[in-house]
Amino acid sequence: MKFGVVVFPGSNCDHDALWAVSQNLGAEAEFIWHDSRKLPAVDAVILPGGFSYGDYLRCGAIAKFSPVMTAVKKFAADGGLVAGICNGFQILTEAGMLPGALIRNKGQKFVCRPVELEIATTNSPFTNAGHKGDHVTFPVAHGEGCYIADEQTLNQLEAEDRVLFRYIDNPNGSMRNIAGICNAGRNVLGMMPHPERVTEPLMGSSEGLVVFRSMISAFATK
Amino acid sequence: MTITPELLATHKLNAAEYEKIVSLLGREPSITELGIFSVMWSEHCSYKSSRVHLKKLPTKSKYVLLGPGENAGIIDIGGGYGVAFKIESHNHPSFIEPFQGAATGVGGILRDIFTMGARPIAVMDAIRFGPLDDPDYGKRNQRILEGVVSGIAHYGNCFGVPTVGGECTFHPSYNGNPLVNVFALGVIKADEVFLGRAEGVGNPVIYVGAKTGKDGIHGATMASDEFTEESKQHRPNVQMGDPFMEKLLLEACLEAMKTGAIEGIQDMGAAGLTCSTCEMGSRAGTGMEVDLMHVPQRETGMSAYEIMLSESQERMLLVARKGREQEVFDVFKKWGLDAAIIGTVTADGILRVRHHGVLVAEIPNRALADEAPIYTRSFTKPARNVPMEGPEFKSLDLGADLKALLGSADLCSKHWIWEQYDFMVRTNTIAGPGYDAAIVRVKETGSSVAVSLDGNGRYCYLSPREGAKLMVAEACRNVSTVGALPLAATNNLNFGNPEKPEIMAQLVEAIEGMSEACVFFETPITGGNVSLYNETLGEGILPTPVIGIVGLMKTEAPVKNVFPKAGLDVLLIGSMGDCDLTHFGGTQYANTILKTLWGMPPKLDMAEEKKVQAAIRKLVGDGLVESSHDVGEGGLAVALAECSFGGVGCQVALQSKLRPEFTLFHEGPSRILVSTSQVEKVVALGKELNVEVVRLGSTIVDRFVVDGLLDLPLGELRSTWETALETKLHA
Repeated sequence: MKFGVVVFPGSNCDHDALWAVSQNLGAEAEFIWHDSRKLPAVDAVILPGGFSYGDYLRCGAIAKFSPVMTAVKKFAADGGLVAGICNGFQILTEAGMLPGALIRNKGQKFVCRPVELEIATTNSPFTNAGHKGDHVTFPVAHGEGCYIADEQTLNQLEAEDRVLFRYIDNPNGSMRNIAGICNAGRNVLGMMPHPERVTEPLMGSSEGLVVFRSMISAFATK
Repeated sequence: MTITPELLATHKLNAAEYEKIVSLLGREPSITELGIFSVMWSEHCSYKSSRVHLKKLPTKSKYVLLGPGENAGIIDIGGGYGVAFKIESHNHPSFIEPFQGAATGVGGILRDIFTMGARPIAVMDAIRFGPLDDPDYGKRNQRILEGVVSGIAHYGNCFGVPTVGGECTFHPSYNGNPLVNVFALGVIKADEVFLGRAEGVGNPVIYVGAKTGKDGIHGATMASDEFTEESKQHRPNVQMGDPFMEKLLLEACLEAMKTGAIEGIQDMGAAGLTCSTCEMGSRAGTGMEVDLMHVPQRETGMSAYEIMLSESQERMLLVARKGREQEVFDVFKKWGLDAAIIGTVTADGILRVRHHGVLVAEIPNRALADEAPIYTRSFTKPARNVPMEGPEFKSLDLGADLKALLGSADLCSKHWIWEQYDFMVRTNTIAGPGYDAAIVRVKETGSSVAVSLDGNGRYCYLSPREGAKLMVAEACRNVSTVGALPLAATNNLNFGNPEKPEIMAQLVEAIEGMSEACVFFETPITGGNVSLYNETLGEGILPTPVIGIVGLMKTEAPVKNVFPKAGLDVLLIGSMGDCDLTHFGGTQYANTILKTLWGMPPKLDMAEEKKVQAAIRKLVGDGLVESSHDVGEGGLAVALAECSFGGVGCQVALQSKLRPEFTLFHEGPSRILVSTSQVEKVVALGKELNVEVVRLGSTIVDRFVVDGLLDLPLGELRSTWETALETKLHA
């Protein structure tokens, strides 16, 4: 299985994502430049963290217009696995590929620290290698990570078992402690915490591998 | 335009300096030339007051690949790689406009690193402010702190470099003059170092990056002046930072360097285009001819003077190999950045500037870069207005004293600050904020670098020489405490007005003390920054040299800085130390509890210090200790408490002939606290290395006990320490 990591101008967790899946997971991986209109032959796409196009206007608001996003949308529509982490999550909501929005943290400040999460469901290609209810600790590092959506959307996300991660100790004021969700087709993930940052013991733990291992096993059984 | 005395005054040039300009040129300068001289000869760019003394610092060792003089120093870390690093101040701009001042401070030092071809992997900050509860300036100090921290966060987080540590302290002397010193470090291939040299006559000079605007004009001159009530009017002199632009510039520069088409490159920092054109020429012994009409500009109608002196951020000047310009342009186009040929390298050693073909400046490079005035300023005894002997005092409640210390702005947890920094991006941060030294992995080599920034204005005020030595010792100790071998240093010298002999004396003695210690600890200074005129309304800051020590270690899981579990032995590597009333006057206890300052800083025995550092490196390297933490400000009691804030406390008995206040709170150096399950081996190693190992007690659950002196519940101590800064900020 091969991962593609999209590089927008201003992406800064692109190298971390590539390192996590290639060095720590042992999968194949390559970068995809933002003005590519066609994706190379990859089996999953990661939209990494960072400040795409400087995140001026709103986080992810400019990235959604980049040529590569047209290709990513098509890839997702065809059932391909897409994981948006941090800025990637923001881009996916801006692009309409995931519901809701990410606004300024409740505390108004950028927050960087490890946070405890609950794996809320294993019924997804991003969490199937975990156990429902298990607690994992991934770092967050964002200024705009407060997830909001209208009541109906939130109810629907929960009814359809599309909340994949919840904060135990909510760092940003996200509604219903939502840290990560998937789309109705269950093949597009958006999450604010950074699993790629905890994929080797030297970085404190390897707990983040659960996300990428899940993707591999989902791909294998597809 | 006639050159009037008023015009000279606004350019901070004195009559003698002006005469020198006239004699070097053989004529009166044009206004553009006057502007160019004023920034190049400013204290900030020319080091005219400090240069004769900076020569006293050691700069060489077998590890040093590149010493002072370029954009950053470089040391060898093995495996064909080096690290480039430097510290630089942005004090004056951060007072006038805290957010942008601090942000562009980060931006400036990052460019210094990647202009060499190094990819930045770590940033650290040493910042100082007036007290948050100052009766007159408390609110302003709070606002400055919040602005500086969010400015650092904004720039570093967006750029994608982790801010892995630093220090933050407070003193009334920083009320009108906060200090913002930013350190950056990058990884570089040892044989692919780029220098700021305009080599190759006929080669094109290319401007890349952001467009030039009217911001930051005369920033370097401003940074070389005292503050007055009118200083707020300098706000337009502060530049605006765009970290996104800098990130693109980083990637584009590193990619362009790989083409082999670049001959030399330098960032446009202080003094902008002026500094980069004349320094690149002067280093290579060449000249440069440029026409400013080719410079990408943000607004129309800018004069030659404004273009040459603008300090707009995120710009670089490079010299490409003739005929290979297109390779450079292609890379910058990919990243969506401006790149324009603005001139050529010439053989005559003259900086020739035209604007739309009209000659506006013609100055020998040498005159600007090497003929800058050098002042051997007179110095007397260092300024000092406190007694040698201390007051009689007796603690009413040692437990309350400890709590007050842990809740003081200087010693409390700074997590409110560093949680705003992305300290993990790039997944190399093995030990981040909160550790004695930060440890950052170098993926390319399998080794890691450890860095500590340290400074102590109160020690240096009591004795600049001893204070500077203590500071170097402490930073080396911090690096050793995590198991790394200190290899090299960078310094930031923050002082008041050098034209005052008693301030100049502080600078001279601090440099001499620093030199002595850096020679002894084998940590040569590979570069740095001098920031003088840190005065507001005639009040100088405490003399505040800051040192950054870089060490090397193998990549492995870090030793903890807190007690990991109950039932371990708690040992002190080094001795209980000695102290008398005189040497207690610079401690945090004197500062926070007694609210005064006297005497001398703690006594340092450098030979003893070196032995202790060697011992802790061996103990950590051999895995004989479970935790390791240096005894610093606040003394043994504070260090023991800090070791307990992981949730495991301790019960210790302190055998000392000293009075309890001294035993608990004196700040004698050369001491490191460890916990271990292999006490015999640790003691044996101490014997072998001739270092005293004192068995203090053991780790326990939930309580903090010093037999006969203190018995406190851990949770209460910890919450005081953890919440103090936020409480003070929102008071």
